[in-house]
Order: sequence, then structure tokens, then C-alpha cells
Amino acid sequence: MLKTRSLFFTYNRQVQFHFPDIDLEAGDNLLILGESGIGKTTLLHLIAGLLPPESGTVELMGTVLHELSAAKLDRFRGRKIGLVFQRPHFVQALNVQENLLLVQYLAGKSQDTNRISTVLDSLGLADKLKEKPHRLSQGEQQRVAIAIAVINNPQLILADEPTSSLDDKNCRRVATLLQEQAADTGAQLVVITHDHRLKEQFRNTLNL
Amino acid sequence: MTSRPLSTALSLVLLTLGVGMIALLLHVNRHIQEQMENNIKGIDMVVGAKGSPLQLILSAVYHIDAPTGNIALSEAEELQGNGLVSLGVPLSYGDSYLGYRIVGTNHEYPKLYEATVADGKLWQKSFEVTVGATAARNLNLALGDTFIGSHGLAEGGEAHDEHNYVVVGVFESTNSVIDQLILTATESVWEAHQHEEDHGDEVHEEDHDAEEHQQDHAGQEDHHDHGEQEKDHHSGEQDEDHDHDDRGEEITAMLVKFRNPVGLIQLPRMVNENTNMQAAVPVYEISRLFGLMGVGLDTLNAIALVIIIVSGLSVFISLYSALKDRQYEMALMRTYGASRWQLVWLVLQEGLLLTLIGFILGIVFSRLGLFLVSNLMESNYHYAFSGWDWAAEEGWLMATVLFIGLLAALLPAIRVFRINISKTLAND
Repeated sequence: MLKTRSLFFTYNRQVQFHFPDIDLEAGDNLLILGESGIGKTTLLHLIAGLLPPESGTVELMGTVLHELSAAKLDRFRGRKIGLVFQRPHFVQALNVQENLLLVQYLAGKSQDTNRISTVLDSLGLADKLKEKPHRLSQGEQQRVAIAIAVINNPQLILADEPTSSLDDKNCRRVATLLQEQAADTGAQLVVITHDHRLKEQFRNTLNL
Repeated sequence: MTSRPLSTALSLVLLTLGVGMIALLLHVNRHIQEQMENNIKGIDMVVGAKGSPLQLILSAVYHIDAPTGNIALSEAEELQGNGLVSLGVPLSYGDSYLGYRIVGTNHEYPKLYEATVADGKLWQKSFEVTVGATAARNLNLALGDTFIGSHGLAEGGEAHDEHNYVVVGVFESTNSVIDQLILTATESVWEAHQHEEDHGDEVHEEDHDAEEHQQDHAGQEDHHDHGEQEKDHHSGEQDEDHDHDDRGEEITAMLVKFRNPVGLIQLPRMVNENTNMQAAVPVYEISRLFGLMGVGLDTLNAIALVIIIVSGLSVFISLYSALKDRQYEMALMRTYGASRWQLVWLVLQEGLLLTLIGFILGIVFSRLGLFLVSNLMESNYHYAFSGWDWAAEEGWLMATVLFIGLLAALLPAIRVFRINISKTLAND
């Protein structure tokens, strides 16, 4: 249950964004399509609570994000929202398993290696457990990023251009995996992209 | 930290250097001061031949310098009779055995340092010696051993091969200068030298005969010379006779204890103005020495402190530039649910950990240095340091170093606290 109402954000007088309202039920997926520079990433950051909106509200599971204190918002984000970025990023010094353990730890969840194995297994990464992330291929890295996003069973998975640096085959695979993982954890999936290849894989599409 | 090994290593090296230097100076200074003060114990004034008062103190009290010369025993004894003097201990030194000094004195000297005999007894007659604990250990001397003293204080001086010293006792360790000395009766030193003088005269006489022989062939002028030389010789003999009446003429120095503080005001002046001897006050001379050393120590301390501050700067730079690379990581961790304070603590921890490691390494190095200095001191001056304990000042040093580490991490921590997640993530 994600609800946004009259979201407005401005970097300066020239760059102002008014975003359409979004209503999403549990188990629903949404593809937000738009060209570069129309505030796709800004919208995603607003929904994730990384940016405070100028006006308007984001409500997830009945909680209005920007009414939370900074520390509570961080904690809420860690537990309820999984983020996938355009280019995957990890803590370089740690291997795949350690990165996932860190994510569990930072969200305040118990460090569960079984859960990690299950998730990596379902993403076809079972044998990369002890690998350093930067040694993996682009496609593998993006899949580890998905693992990080879903490891804490979030209510909402937000993906920012998850496929733009991938070839067609990997693109389809990542999109499918995202949907599968969202279905597995009962989360809503919001993908923001300019990648029209994804259009055919999503029922709900919003054009910015 | 591990991803930037070079800058981390630089910070650590600087810290280790600074901390090690300060801790080492701290200990060396403390040990020297302790040793010096320990050895002054009970000695109010030292009387010896004229010369440098500091040299007199260093040679007579600490036995680390050459003596200034000799003084007449009669004159020293006259001083001993002064009502302000409660105790006068005569010292005769200048001979050594394998670098350890042989000191002729009376039984009051070990009493001054509360030295007790661990094995055997105190010397009772000439050429009996009682050996200090360290000297006995390092020279492998035990009861009944005999050795030959050599002239001069350096190893391998001319040997007095006519007389064997016999070890009749070994002192308990006192942590004072006695540990490094070989004590004997004043008479032993006199007799050893007396003999040498006689021997020297014999040689002289042979030369004399040879000269006489030459002179027989020479003219009247030579006869005049001859007469003078004969007179010299004669007067020399007279001197010797006189000496025997006096029972041994000279000592090297006398340690004096006053009956009351008035002595401190009157006696040194009296001795310096009215006699051929020199009086020096150990407490005064040593504080003067520390005053001189203090300037050097302060300078070294200042340099070490600057090194620590520079290392703090280097920690700061390494943390700050590391942060630049890791800003994205930090923003990422925030999206995973890490709070600002968690990340701030992370950065502070890194700074503290770095400085703590540097501090520990520094302490280890200072102990290593102390060990080396101690060995050096022992082989050169026969002074050993004891105790590797933790100095109270090192607690302060640790606090200072950690504070610098904290300070160095503060600015990066503030940056982490104020990180703009959205911008950082979007800018990549």
C-alpha cells in the first residue's frame, strides 16, 4: 500500500517537478517510464525517503515517511524498503556474504546466513558467497544488488534504472528476477527507467 | 584503512615515532634522575682537588668521570675535625679492574648506601676487597678469587702486577653506585701506588747513573748539573720519609655529611677560600646538570610532540581522502538503514583505532629503545636501568594521542553526518 499525494520538489527556480499521484496495492508492480532529466531519480528518492519533498506526502503501510525523525526514517527505510540502483554499489572491502550480513545488521535484523543462502540461491549466485563484489560480472553484480534489496523482506522494492547497463538477455533476466523476488516476499515493486525494453514485462505503466 | 595501505602506514609510522620518542625520553629521564638522586643520599658535600665542581661530583659520587686530582689526607682530616662535620668518608680511586673501579675507602662508605654484605665480609686489611653486586656478576668474581688491578679507569690500563686483590665479600644489590664498584681499604690503593713510585724511582736512578757516567766525560758545567740533580734526588727521599711519618699522604676526595644545615652555608665557602681543596655540593651540581640537560630534553620533547601533531594531520588527511572515495558507500549504508550516528561512530572508530595502534607500537618501540639504551649505559657507564613499568605520564600521552585521533576524525565525521544521500547517490 504505497500512496503518494501531490508530490512537489524543486532544486531551484528552473528545475521544478510536480509528480502524479501513485496508488499501489500489495503485490502490485509499477513501471515508471520517462526520459532523462524529468525527475525520475528524484521521484524514487522522494518515495524512498532519501529526499524530503517540498510539499506533498509519501505514505507506506500507513506511515507518512517525512513525519518520521531522521533516525526513525533511516531505520524504517532499512526494514521496509529495498533499493536497487542503476549501477550496483557495495562496500568494497567486504565479500558478498559480508555485504548482505551488513545490510541485515544495519536494518536491525538478526544476521541470518540461511536467509542469505536462500536469496543468493534463488538468484543463481550460490557459488559467489565469498567473492568480492567487484570481481563479479555486471549481470552478477546487479543480481547481488537485488539480493541486497530483498534480503530484509521489504514491503517495497524500488529500482532505479536497474537494466540500463545490461544487454537484452540480462535485462530480461533481471526484470524477471525482480518480479519473482517481489512476489516471493509479498512486496510491491516500483521500477523507474527510460528502458523501453521493460515495457512488455509490466502490466502497470506510468509515463512521466 | 586497509584499502589505503600507504597513507595508513605513513600515519602509523609518524605516530609510532612521536609516541616512542616521548615515552623513551620519559623513561630515560626518570631513570637517570632516580639513579642520580639515589646516589646523592646523605652526601652533603664533596671535597676534592681544585677543578670543575661537576667533574668532582661525577667522579666522586657517581664514578663516571675522571678524578680532578688528589688532596692531602692531613688537610681533609683537618676538615673532618670541624665541628660542623658529622662524617667524612675518604675515597681513593683511579684504579680499575676490567673497567670496574677500585675504590679505597673505609667502612663508612657502604654504610652511607645501606649496603649489606650478601656473601663473606667487609675488607679487613690491605688488598682485601668487597665487590658490588653488578660488578661481581659481570666480572664473575666470587669469594676467594684474586685479580690484579690496573692503573687508570679504562680497560687494559697498565697493570699493577705486584699485588693481587683478594675477594673477601660481595655486597647485596643496592640499586646505587656501590653495585658497580670494587671497594677496598684506602691503604691498598696507597700501597699499590707506593710500590709503583718506588719502582719508578729505581728506573730514574738507573737513568741517573747513566747520566753520571756521561757526565764524567763532560766538562765543569755538567758537574754543576750533577750537583743539582743530586739535590733533587735527595729532597725526593726526604719527602718520602716525611710521607711515611704521615701514614699515606693523599686521597682523591672526601664525602662529607654536615651536622646541621649551617654547614652548607659555611663549609663550602671556607674550603674553597682557605684551603687547596675544592668543595662541591652534589644537590646543587646535579640540579645544574639537569638544568643543562633539561634544555635538550625539552627540545626533543617538543620535536616529538610536533611529530605526533603531524601524524594527527596525516591521519586526518588519510581519513578525509578515504572518505571521498567512500562517500557513496556511506550513502549506500544510509539507504540500508544505518543512522547518521552509526556512520559517525564508524569514522571516529577508524581514527581512534589508527591512533591506538600507533600508540601501542610507539610504547613497544620505546621499551625496545630503553632496552638498547640500558645496555649501552651498562657497558659504557656501568649504569643499568631497572623496571619496565608503566609511567603515569604515559597515561596522559595515551589520552593526548587518542584525543588527537578523535580530532583528526572529527571533520570527516561531520561530513559523514551531513552527507546528502540523494545527491551522493545521483552524482555517481
